[in-house]
Formats: sequence, structure tokens, C-alpha cells
Amino acid sequence: MSVKKFVVGCFDDEKTLFPAVKNTRKAGYKIHDLYTPFPVHGLDHAMGLRETSLHTAGFIYAITGTTTALSFMGWVFTKDWPLNIGGKPNFPLPAFIPIIFELTVLFAAVGMVLTFCYLCQLAPFVKKDHFHLRATDDLFVMPLEVTDKTNVEEVKAFLKNAGAVEVFEKEAETGWWIGRYDKDRKIFEKEEKTVIA
Amino acid sequence: MSLLKYESQVREPLVDGDKTYSQVTEDICRPVEGPPSRLWWIGFIISVALLLFGVVSLYKEVVYGTGMWNLNKTIGWGWDITNFVWWVGIGHAGTLISAILLLFRQGWRTGVNRAAEAMTIFAVICAGQFPIWHMGRVWMAFFVMPYPNTRGPLWVNFNSPLLWDVFAISTYFTVSLLFWYSGLLPDMATLRDRAKKKWAKMFYGVASFGWTGSTKHWQRHESLSLVLAGLSTPLVLSVHTIVSFDFATSVIPGWHTTIFPPYFVAGAIFSGFAMVQTLMLVTRKVMGLEDYITISHIENMNKVIVLTGSIVGCAYLTELFMAWYGASKYEYDIFFKYRIAGPYGWSYWLMMTCNVITPQLFWSKKLRRNIAFTFLMSVVVNIGMWFERFVIIVSSLYRDYLPSSWSVYYRPTIWEVGFYLGSFGLFFTCYFLFSKYFPVIAIAEIKHVLKRSGESFKEKMDPLEAQSVEEFAHQAHH
Repeated sequence: MSVKKFVVGCFDDEKTLFPAVKNTRKAGYKIHDLYTPFPVHGLDHAMGLRETSLHTAGFIYAITGTTTALSFMGWVFTKDWPLNIGGKPNFPLPAFIPIIFELTVLFAAVGMVLTFCYLCQLAPFVKKDHFHLRATDDLFVMPLEVTDKTNVEEVKAFLKNAGAVEVFEKEAETGWWIGRYDKDRKIFEKEEKTVIA
Repeated sequence: MSLLKYESQVREPLVDGDKTYSQVTEDICRPVEGPPSRLWWIGFIISVALLLFGVVSLYKEVVYGTGMWNLNKTIGWGWDITNFVWWVGIGHAGTLISAILLLFRQGWRTGVNRAAEAMTIFAVICAGQFPIWHMGRVWMAFFVMPYPNTRGPLWVNFNSPLLWDVFAISTYFTVSLLFWYSGLLPDMATLRDRAKKKWAKMFYGVASFGWTGSTKHWQRHESLSLVLAGLSTPLVLSVHTIVSFDFATSVIPGWHTTIFPPYFVAGAIFSGFAMVQTLMLVTRKVMGLEDYITISHIENMNKVIVLTGSIVGCAYLTELFMAWYGASKYEYDIFFKYRIAGPYGWSYWLMMTCNVITPQLFWSKKLRRNIAFTFLMSVVVNIGMWFERFVIIVSSLYRDYLPSSWSVYYRPTIWEVGFYLGSFGLFFTCYFLFSKYFPVIAIAEIKHVLKRSGESFKEKMDPLEAQSVEEFAHQAHH
């Protein structure tokens, strides 16, 4: 977690956004992230992000559920406490199918959602810095990371030129912290800053 | 490719009116942010009153036992299991809309999926109450969980459809809740960022989990939604299949049939869509969301209703045919002496009328697009579907193999009816709270389809639509 300095460009149309992303990358600026109010298809490719492997994780959770259900019921009915239920076999595979299926789905869904929350660092009471409140409304917000050596004016001019409707500088925390949205930021990260320095 | 930026005008727009992204946000968030209307308060108070009546009814049942419900030796399942199957069925439409229609790329789902999913969750909560309280000694409900213990045959019976039900319903509830809530996160963030009041900032701040709208997060979110939809699709089919196994794996005439799984699933979707219609028609009117839940949305849902209603009708006729063709004495008697005729004959014909005959009117386009008629039909269908479960359960039980234990006539008591009304109270209390404090339409998803399927954007197809095929092909080629 650290506080960094950004030049933020806000776009209001996908038509200007895509060329802007392309040009920004070509010009060698580092796109910190791109905040959009809804999923814009193709934007992840335009930004050069790799595909997510969340679905692979989902598959692993699913087969974990399958094996858990099958081996558990098998163990209960054949090893732990074999029971004669209406003379039926002790390992009735067809009768196990419904529960095996349900646990497969349950494990996959719960596992994937938890993984999703972990990867995106989402949880109740988590607070993050936002660059623009309208990023969840109608603006596509693109912060570019700048250092002391960067010519900020040049970056601003570049973003304006690329079609940004709003350009400003902002210092922001890149990580998350436990906090509430009805309270402003605390001294917390200032302390951290001195530690780093 | 870029030529076809908008959808053809042949398809009706999904969003009416000249909207921008911020207008979409505004339209959907405004009712959430304002104070509750008087109508809301009236509805909410009635719901809470019903809920309290349900609590009193349950108190009677817990203290004095299930005998308070007039359940007796042969009719061990009465209104309670009828209500259970009815509510679970209603839940199915939400998952169908959010999952199956997502996989089928049906754009119109975006207008109604959020509220339909919420309906699913509340309906499943209501459904779950019935088998739990039906246990009688409800404090022992945890016996259904498979855990190491010191009672008798140690484990639950994994061969029993009733246990499959425990797994199916709890999985269904969990997965629906996760699916619904993960979709809600971005919209909760929208409300959080618009919030002016302190409590709203805090509530939506906590509820949005710190969502930012980062592209990487959206990418994962899309992947998550798709996989959850893929998982929910077989899940929703499995849930009502397993509910039907509760009946189909028994040896009671009228229950012991292989047609039950598909027949129950079709019936579930049928009644679920009817309930979605009931809720949506009121919601869109009260909250002024006619631009997002358009007549064409309503028409689409009516098409599903007429299709599934006809499937259910086929199933009824197949059952009758098989009862005759199967040449089983008991099966034949149940259907032809005690179901379509006999003391409960009236309920069979009520079911037939509401589920099979009247929905056929929806073949008429004019009626499909008539709001008042749709509302009326949505109520009729749900009455019919309630009676379907009643007919299946009661008419098979009241005349069993042993004439000496035949029951005379089963009537619910006030406490049994009270429990049912209480589940309505629970359902509508939840729905009222949801519609007031949560975005009833998926804001982000509407924005996603806005520029392709919004009315004002579709109008830009005009020059293309006016072209002849040759002109278009020529232009597209270059």
C-alpha cells in the first residue's frame, strides 16, 4: 500500500476511449487502471490485460465438490456405518448423483465468489480511494501514474488531446484499508508514508 | 463490422426514450434515494401484519404440533407441502431469467433480471419454511445435516429424495444469493458514490464491498457471471427435478411417474414467470420504470408463459392417458375416480382452467401486450399452479390402498392458512425492502446494452434500414 501521484483523464464516450487507450500505451505512459461504470467489452484487450483464469479456479472447486460428495457418501455407507436400506446396495451410485451434483455446484459457486472477492480485494468495510465519483455513473476514468520526473503538464495536454473531458492531478492510495465511506480518510497512510521514507 | 453498431429495428428497443448513461443512473436511483411513498408504507405495513399473523400461526403449530393443521393419518402432506412446492417453483423464473437467458444471449433479460433474482431468493426463503416447520419438532431440524453424532444410524440416509431436497434447496439458495449479490456490487457502488446522506454512504459503502469499477475487476466479474450462469442453469433444472423426486420415487398412485421431473420444471417456470409479471407490472408503474421494463419485456414473458403452460397441459393429458394405458388399477382409480371426479374434482378442474385453458389466450398478440389482462392472467396462473400442487398432493393421499383409512375431506385450519399468509408476508416484506433500498434494475447491465439497443440509438439505424440489400452488401463489403 502506498500513496502515489496520478494524472487522471476522464472520458465520456467509448468512441474516444478506445483510441485514447491505444495512444496512451503507444506513447509509453503507464495506465494505472481504467474505471468504468459498466463492463466495456474489448477494453481489457485494448489495455493489454491478460485473460482471467477465474473459470479455471471454478473448475478446480467443482471437481473438489464432486470428489468430496462421492468419497464422503461412499465412506459413510461402506466403511463407517454400512446400513441395509431396503436391501439396496451399500454403494448405490445412481442414488448419489443428486447430492454429488449439488455439492459440485455449491463448491464451484462459493469457491469462485470467494476467489473473486480475494483477487479484487472486495469485502464489507473495505475502502478504496476513488478517482472520480462519476466513475460508477457515466465516466470512464483513466489515471496515469506519474513520478517526480514526469512532466505533468505534458501528460495533461496529452490526455486533453486524446479527448478527455476532464483532466486533473490527484494523489491516491493504491491499496485498500478498513474504513467507512461516510468518514473521510484518516492519518493512517500518512504514518505509513513516513515509515516508507 | 462497424457498420452494424446498433441492433436492427426489427427488434424492439430494450430501453425506451432518449437516454444517456447518467440518465439511466438517475432514473433507477431516484426512487431508491427518495423517501418512501405512502403507497409503499401501506404495502409494507400490510406485509408485516401478514408476517406477524404467520408468526402467531407458527407459534400454535410449534406448541401444539402439526395436528393444528388438520393433517391426519392419510393426508400427512397438506397445505404446507403444497405451499413449499409452489414457492420453490416461483423461485425458478428468477434463475431462468438471470442464468438461462444469459447463456442464450437474450438481451431483454437485463430489464427484469435483478428483481426476478431477488424474487427467487425471497421465494426460496419462504419455501424453506414449510418443510422445516412441518418437521413438528423444529428444534431438531439440524438432524437433516450429515454430521458425526451419537443417535441411532449415525448418518442421514443419502438415498432419500427428502435429503436430496435438503441439499438441492440449500445449494439453490446459496448460489442464487451469490449470483444476485455479485451482480449487485457495482450498482451498490453507484448508489454509494451518489449518496448524500450519512446513513446511505455508510450502508452502501459497506454493501458495495469497496467496488471501484476497475477494468480487471470487470473482466473477472464477467467471467464470474458467466460461470455462475452456467452452473445455475443445470442447478435450476435439478432443483425442481429433485422436488418432483419427493413424489416420483414413492409408490403412491398419481405420484409414481417418470414424467414428473420435466413436468415439474415446466410448471415451475410457468408459475415463476407469472409471479415475475405480477411484481414487475406493479414495480414499473409505482417506480416509474416503464422505459426499462417495456411492453416488449412483458410480451416476451407472456410468450414463455404460454409455452410452459402448454407443456404443463401436455403433461396433464399424458398423465391421464398413462393412467388408462398403464392398466394399473390404483393409478386408474386415483385419476379417474378421485382426481378428475370425486370430492376434490373441483380443484382439478380449477387447475385445468387456470393453467391450460386460459393461458392459451396469450397466443393473441394484442392480449400479450395488454397490461391489465397480463396482470389478471399472472394471478390466475399462480392460483392454478397452487391448485396443481394441491391436486397432486391431496388427491393422491386421501384415497390410499386401504379404504378403512380413507379420509373424509381435508380442510385446512386457520393456522395452516395463517402460515401460508405469513409466507406471503415474509415474501412481500422482503420485496418491499428490496425495492426501496436496492436498485431494482441492473444499472450497469442496462448501460451495457444501452448504445446497442436503446431506442434513441436504434434510430441511427434509419439510413441502413432504408437501404436495399444490394446497397447494404456493397457498403459492408468496403
